[in-house]
Amino acid sequence: MTTISSGEIWVVIFVAAAGTFALRFSFVGVLKRGPEEIPDLARRALRLIPAAVMAALAVTGITNPEVSFDPWNERMLAALLAAVVAWRTKNVVATIAAGMAALWVLQALV
Amino acid sequence: MSESTLKSVFWAGVVNISPILIGVIPFALIAGVAAVDAGLDSFAAYALSPLVFAGASQLAAADLIGRDASLAVIVLTVLVINSRMVMYSASMAPHFVKASIGRKAAIAYLLTDQAFAVSILRLEERNEELGVRVAYYLGAGLGLWTTWQLASLAGVLIGAGVPSEWSLDFAVPLVFMALTFLAIKDRTTLVAAVVGATVAVAAFDLSYNLGLPLAA
Repeated sequence: MTTISSGEIWVVIFVAAAGTFALRFSFVGVLKRGPEEIPDLARRALRLIPAAVMAALAVTGITNPEVSFDPWNERMLAALLAAVVAWRTKNVVATIAAGMAALWVLQALV
Repeated sequence: MSESTLKSVFWAGVVNISPILIGVIPFALIAGVAAVDAGLDSFAAYALSPLVFAGASQLAAADLIGRDASLAVIVLTVLVINSRMVMYSASMAPHFVKASIGRKAAIAYLLTDQAFAVSILRLEERNEELGVRVAYYLGAGLGLWTTWQLASLAGVLIGAGVPSEWSLDFAVPLVFMALTFLAIKDRTTLVAAVVGATVAVAAFDLSYNLGLPLAA
């Protein structure tokens, strides 16, 4: 549960919303140019960002820093299984289903 | 272009995005539940969906709010995750240059991974009239938008009612894990994912707040 005030949360929501719209509107609304007009370096960075950020978020969600680190806890094992499913299927629903089912089974056993 | 043709093109967009929607529903439910879980009131938790309207970033924002990250880090993380929209926007731009400013705003607002994926091939392969292009894209975009709004609202309403023994919070990193493997397309994106994950783990000791922007 957060201790951030409701007013501050609304500021975050509105700034994030305006910024996200600006990113979407950038070329469609203002620059009117195709992707070939984006500098090569920027294009490469934009291509790499999703993989890096998603991986960082996945890892931080699984390895909870508030709990002392135990590599063989149920969440880690369920996450490993889900990673295999994610890799083989590239399917969000299958990954959620496999990971949650594995976690519930492991929690029932331990 | 007749009204009925535009209508049928619009519905073709809806039909073509519908297989993707099945995968979007659980994602949206989790985004709604996670926002309530983080401690947002129902109204703010739902407001993310129409205002930000970008699933992975909504989930990340909820996650960081729940962990009391600094406001700048939350906003920065959302924008970094959504920076890929710039590439989509650039790819769409040449096809909608002559659209009115209002329509461009609507096109931009509805721009998502899914609407982009469903539209870009048709835009590049067929040289259709502007009205047809807009109608098709709006069909795909609004199909996804409506699904996202309803399913995330359902998630917000269910939110507090989910028993903690279900460990539904675990679904959040699972979504990110699936998105990671979707984002890995070749060797360079694989390296990016490994670096992102490593930096995120290493930055735990440093400060949780710094981890995500550093990883990006």
